[in-house]
Amino acid sequence: MRIGHQPKDFLLAVEALTVSFDGFKAVNNLSFYVEENEIRVIIGPNGAGKTTVLDLICGKTKATSGSIQFRGKELTKLKENQIVQAGVGRKFQTPSVFEDLTVFENLEISYPRGRTVFGSLTFQRDEAVKERVEEVAEMIFLRDRLDTYADQLSHGQKQWLEIGMLLIQDPDLLMLDEPVAGMSVSERAKTAELLNRIIKDRSVLVIEHDMKFVEDIAHRVTVLHQGQILSEGSMEHVKKDPKVVEVYLGH
Amino acid sequence: MIINSRFFNRSELVGFATLALLLFVILPLSLDIFRLNLVAKYLTYAFVAIGLVICWGYGGILSLGQGVFFGLGGYCMAMYLKLEASSVENTKIQSTPGIPDFMDWNQLTQLPFFWKPFHSFPITLLAILLVPALFSFIIGAAMFKRRVGGVYFAIITQAIAAILTILIVGQQGYTGGSNGITDLRTLHGWDIRTDHAKFILYFVEVVLLFGCILAAQFIRLTKLGRILVAMREQEDRVRFSGYSVANFKIFAFCAAAVFAAIGGALFTLEVGFMSPSFVGIVPSIEMVIYTAVGGRMSIFGAVYGTLLVNFAKTALSESFPQLWLFGLGALFIAVVLAFPNGLAGIWQDHVQPRIDRLLAARKKPSFAMPGNSVAGGAPAE
Repeated sequence: MRIGHQPKDFLLAVEALTVSFDGFKAVNNLSFYVEENEIRVIIGPNGAGKTTVLDLICGKTKATSGSIQFRGKELTKLKENQIVQAGVGRKFQTPSVFEDLTVFENLEISYPRGRTVFGSLTFQRDEAVKERVEEVAEMIFLRDRLDTYADQLSHGQKQWLEIGMLLIQDPDLLMLDEPVAGMSVSERAKTAELLNRIIKDRSVLVIEHDMKFVEDIAHRVTVLHQGQILSEGSMEHVKKDPKVVEVYLGH
Repeated sequence: MIINSRFFNRSELVGFATLALLLFVILPLSLDIFRLNLVAKYLTYAFVAIGLVICWGYGGILSLGQGVFFGLGGYCMAMYLKLEASSVENTKIQSTPGIPDFMDWNQLTQLPFFWKPFHSFPITLLAILLVPALFSFIIGAAMFKRRVGGVYFAIITQAIAAILTILIVGQQGYTGGSNGITDLRTLHGWDIRTDHAKFILYFVEVVLLFGCILAAQFIRLTKLGRILVAMREQEDRVRFSGYSVANFKIFAFCAAAVFAAIGGALFTLEVGFMSPSFVGIVPSIEMVIYTAVGGRMSIFGAVYGTLLVNFAKTALSESFPQLWLFGLGALFIAVVLAFPNGLAGIWQDHVQPRIDRLLAARKKPSFAMPGNSVAGGAPAE
């Protein structure tokens, strides 16, 4: 399965990444690598630094030291919107959609065209945009809700909408922070189905607590504890690791 | 820009036509020239209010310093008019003829360098637009690139309004001080003090106002307008959708500044002088109140809100001058507490549904508009 061992073959190479908040090292000398088309799940107890890692990759938090290479680009030097344009998409833990806009408009904003001020003034809602929005809306089960304002959607539908907004961006690396948290059982199953469909042709970095869900989708699992890697490998491997059982799975 | 059914929906078109009828026909026919000039003065603030709809209502950027840009536009126009009124013949009794009278009183013997371009009318017109645009760009870039927003931004804009007022008052020889620039007479040789000129200027202003309304409507309907709304509620999501949030905020702030400056320049023409009392903190806050009363998401509401508050101001301060500030404060509190969407919200929630029901009852039963139809031109959220 695994091809190549040169760092340049990795889609994402995180090396010696450290961030410290007033002396507290939320992420401490962390290194890990994500390959093309790999689905990597990050698990770990609360406060392990999982969300901070995603924040660092997408530029929301600035690293104290270390490097994040994405397709040879150093992300720590880029601004958030440049990181998005480089091909990294991020979904937040709480659904963050634009509630005063319709589902269509939400998706349209994420369409990767006309992202400058004047580009957006001259942006035309042409057939290509409409087709793509409808196609994605179909995938996220919101095909018949295109004209609904997003504040009318249920919690689960908002999560799907945000995933849809990422899909339209068509990122090479998709980062999802607890995509099934707070969902009903049926919504959860639909989300797993959705995720399984969208992870094709791209790498995905997921934070999730739901072990059943993790087992379903993960190629490899990274266990974080106190800002450091506790264990890494296949789900089977990680589950048997006594350190992991002690700090996380045992509870 | 074509006004078609896509550019304005049905009720916006009605709102547009109603406002045009009111400003172009009803008011000029029913008011004497003194009152019409008063309306013209009020309407100059409507430019500011429309700018605030884009910047504050849509973009969520509360600026408490729009008086700065109103003043910059007004002073640019006033400088041109003052230079024209200070010809060598008009000022031959001064110790230095050919410069504005207040400079002569302050022992200046030559025109300061930054006054010289205002001999030219085209340069003046450009300056009215470019000076505030540049100034707001600098403020916006300095603040928004550093992610200063919300209350902090509002306070900084207010401080800038205070600073500019102090600067104008303090540099009397260059700016006319607290008296402002007065005794303006002609525009390109045309006497602006006659009743006829005031009548013409009123119509020029209304045409420009509709120009600004169309420009604001255009911005609102582009993707940029939707990004402003998106930014207002989920700034991070916009950022992580690949947009530079700071640039969009700068744009909204600059657009509001340019609208305000056009209003300010017209104010100078309508009223015949410009002074620092239209620049400072109090007028800047009043301008925000006009927008709040009209409904901060409604372009037409901004115009009605401005007119209404100013009529109330005139009526109240004619009879009870001391009471006006209390009245204004009470009005603002009442609007924020009871009608957060202002007049446009009242129209949308209470009047428009009744009209729709009436129309629906009279015509085909299926004619009723859906809930998001827009009231009196007030944009739906």
